[in-house]
Amino acid sequence: MSEEREALIAAVREFADAELAPNASQWDAEKFFPIDTLRKAGSLGLGGVYVREDFGGSALTRADAVAVFEELAKGDTTVAAYISIHNMVAWMIDTFGDEGQRERWVPGLAAMTDLGSYCLTEPGAGSDAAAITTSAVRDGDDYVIDGVKQFVSGAGSSAVYVVMARTGGPGAKGISAIVVPDGTPGLSFGRNEAKMGWNAQPTRQVILEGVRVPVLNRLGAEGAGFGIALKGLNGGRLNIAACSIGGAQWALERAIQYVHERETFGAPLAENQSIVFTLADMETELQAARALLERAAIKADEGAVDVVTACAMAKRFATDAAFSVANTALQLHGGYGYLHEYGIERVVRDLRVHQILEGTNEIMRLIVGRNLVKRPE
Amino acid sequence: MTDHPADSILVLLQATATGELAKSTAGLLGAAAQIGTPVALIVADSAQSQALAEQAAAAGAERVLVAEPDSSSAQLPVPMVDALAAAAAAVAPDAVLVSNSIEGRDVAGRFAARTNAPIAVDVVGVSRDEEGVVAHHSVYGGSYNVDSAATFGPLVVTVRQGAVEARADARPVAVETLEVAASNAPAATIESFEPAAESSSRPELRGATRVVSGGRGLGSAENFALVEELADALGAAVGASRAAVDAGYVPATHQVGQTGVSVSPQLYIALGISGAIQHRAGMQTAKNIVAVNKDPDAPIFEVADFGVVGDVFTIVPQLISALSERKR
Amino acid sequence: MKIIVLVKEVPDTYGERKLDLETGLADRAASEAVLDEISERALEVALSYADSAPDTEVVVLSMAPESAAATIRKGLAMGAASAVHVTDPALAGADLGLTARTLAAAIRRTGFDLVITGNLSTDGSGGVLPAMLAELLEVPNMTALSVVEVTADSVTGTRSADDGDMRVRAPLPAVISINEALPDARFPNFKGIMAAKKKPFETLSAADLGVDPEDVSAPASIMTAIAEKPPRSAGVKITDEGDGGTKIAEYLIENRLV
Repeated sequence: MSEEREALIAAVREFADAELAPNASQWDAEKFFPIDTLRKAGSLGLGGVYVREDFGGSALTRADAVAVFEELAKGDTTVAAYISIHNMVAWMIDTFGDEGQRERWVPGLAAMTDLGSYCLTEPGAGSDAAAITTSAVRDGDDYVIDGVKQFVSGAGSSAVYVVMARTGGPGAKGISAIVVPDGTPGLSFGRNEAKMGWNAQPTRQVILEGVRVPVLNRLGAEGAGFGIALKGLNGGRLNIAACSIGGAQWALERAIQYVHERETFGAPLAENQSIVFTLADMETELQAARALLERAAIKADEGAVDVVTACAMAKRFATDAAFSVANTALQLHGGYGYLHEYGIERVVRDLRVHQILEGTNEIMRLIVGRNLVKRPE
Repeated sequence: MTDHPADSILVLLQATATGELAKSTAGLLGAAAQIGTPVALIVADSAQSQALAEQAAAAGAERVLVAEPDSSSAQLPVPMVDALAAAAAAVAPDAVLVSNSIEGRDVAGRFAARTNAPIAVDVVGVSRDEEGVVAHHSVYGGSYNVDSAATFGPLVVTVRQGAVEARADARPVAVETLEVAASNAPAATIESFEPAAESSSRPELRGATRVVSGGRGLGSAENFALVEELADALGAAVGASRAAVDAGYVPATHQVGQTGVSVSPQLYIALGISGAIQHRAGMQTAKNIVAVNKDPDAPIFEVADFGVVGDVFTIVPQLISALSERKR
Repeated sequence: MKIIVLVKEVPDTYGERKLDLETGLADRAASEAVLDEISERALEVALSYADSAPDTEVVVLSMAPESAAATIRKGLAMGAASAVHVTDPALAGADLGLTARTLAAAIRRTGFDLVITGNLSTDGSGGVLPAMLAELLEVPNMTALSVVEVTADSVTGTRSADDGDMRVRAPLPAVISINEALPDARFPNFKGIMAAKKKPFETLSAADLGVDPEDVSAPASIMTAIAEKPPRSAGVKITDEGDGGTKIAEYLIENRLV
């Protein structure tokens, strides 16, 4: 690792140790969204990790970013994952917005004084995202948006919602990306969903009823929205894989410590060969996941042609491996692993959803597999 | 000018704001007497100097040099350095002992730099071998014992407060006035002084060098005050077992153990803690562990360096009074 | 205004700290090396003054092995404008006298209005260096400050002395040391870390400073013996016979724990 990346990671570790880890359990139990802590994360440079510098971004590479998110997730997986989604929004506006849009929204997002939410999934359209029905109808210089978005992280707390809405005909080419600022009349939110994990961030429906925003709020060309959404998800997959590895690495380290402390039948668990084998497999899985992820991140930085499949493979493998490692860490803790107090069960609950979101792991297989069997035209 | 013994050890004594010699005096003179003839230096105005010199002689100073500072100088710490330099020139000592206090370190540091003398700091004991004075250090929280000595010339030594147990026999009072030429080195000015109030703030648990923890054996939140009292007597942080936290004796932020704070202090005192593995995981790397528990089979005794089987409510008050006795 | 902050790389207190029993030097492989927390607080004092007085230049200075460069660079990431790293194999194991002479030479060469250090490092716990530097630099010193106010031509503060708090003042230039009552340091942010690699980082040898580490005409303090404290022997367990508290007090005194 370069000295510079080491310094970045050390700074993140210091932040995660001081601000996240001591609070993770309480935030989970109380379903508390730590907005003040997110502001501090913003001053560290976590609001726009790979956003350009001119409006306050940190301009790191994707390869640096995955190392950053892994380290952050060791402190609190849910908060790290939230920050990664916020980054996807900041990056989208930074990358696809014009100068006026960047100047208006990026500084607040980069500093995390403003939070951003990403609105793609709908109650009736998840994996088949091109089937969304939220509509944006042109009326003079405005769009009038109607529809419901499902599973929106940070909804109700964000300053900015990037909404994928249908401005044209059916299918992927009819979709545009439109920025809806908080407080726009007609914008409202569902209740905070009761979830298995990810309790330190709110998940709500975003309800759009006759929401009127200027056409100037559209990112990129009309009909370019689906492409933007997919590009965003590529990066999102890298980050969520990184958050998974971080959470699982933390659980593994706890388990290693625990097997030294815990004695059964007169000896520490660590002297039991089956335990040692289990730990070896956990470590191997995580290192394999990290290597696959690093490769995908480098491809993203280089703009390689196979970046989509590389990201899909990394996301599928890392989120599966991480969940399994965390779940094994729980098992190694015995009954204590099931107690909230030890933190392991929280990470297991938090990591479970990583196999579902940013494209389910079945969709990841679809991306990889279709690419294998497609025949040249 | 009198001749001074060839094995003179020059000892800088400090006076407190209330006109007595500092508590470190007896240990400094005791250390000096182990390696030579203690010659004390006191910097005080004439109204105080006789009384202070008598205290110094009573604590073992063979001779007492008295320097009177320029009365206008509320200065840091140059007048004392000037006096020490003059005394060293007059006495030609084998070593110069100074308390490792905040004031003492300043004087010793400036003196060593001015006279180009080697310096040994935070010393816990001194001895003499055929080549001269040897300083003993205890480093990394007591994990290592290290000795140091001067290649030649007198060694300046700052002595850790309370580290030397040796005491010197009282001597007849022999006072000598020392003439000091002011160096006029630039100095900071003292504008006002506020005597120390009893500090009420306790150190933070994480990273504390001393920790006193209580368990369910304390019996109630009211009784837990005993833990806090001992902690304050030692300047220690307050810890607790999970059982004490669950019973509501103290907030969860004090919990030491697998799911609480992990501590690695120089001293850990466990009061009424049985020592379940979950607790021990958070404290067994402590350098010294003392345990008090009424159950002789309590697992805490397996890791304790010093364990007492008995009642915390009689043992701890006795310990506190023994400690305050020693402070006096 | 030019402020020099002395920073020190130390073994992480939370980890295992070891001395090499052959050389008596810190075993740097035994534990993670970190920027001493008190150094960070000292730097924070300088940086917060620089925030309010834009003409301030903050320089971090360290005498340390070559491997400490990354740790010193953290000072740049936190906001110092430049760094001076005195490194020379001949300075390994330097005693306090040689350390003070070398640092004083580096401070003179760099130029200064104010030097800020921590009062005690977490590994050496020496605490005499600020006074030694002041003497060599022929300036006033104020140590163990718990409150610091810097102005264009003076520094005032509260000094937690042995038996009370004193208000103290010195004209600049001066040397001060601060204690842990001062605020925690800021986190270095990503921008600072990326900017750090572009900031001036000067590496100096003893010869560059006109210091001869091998000069034996000056007396020095040398390490003559080193031993690891014997491993924990089986503990003592006694039953209280009315003197349990006294026995504990005796144990604490005997082991220098009070």
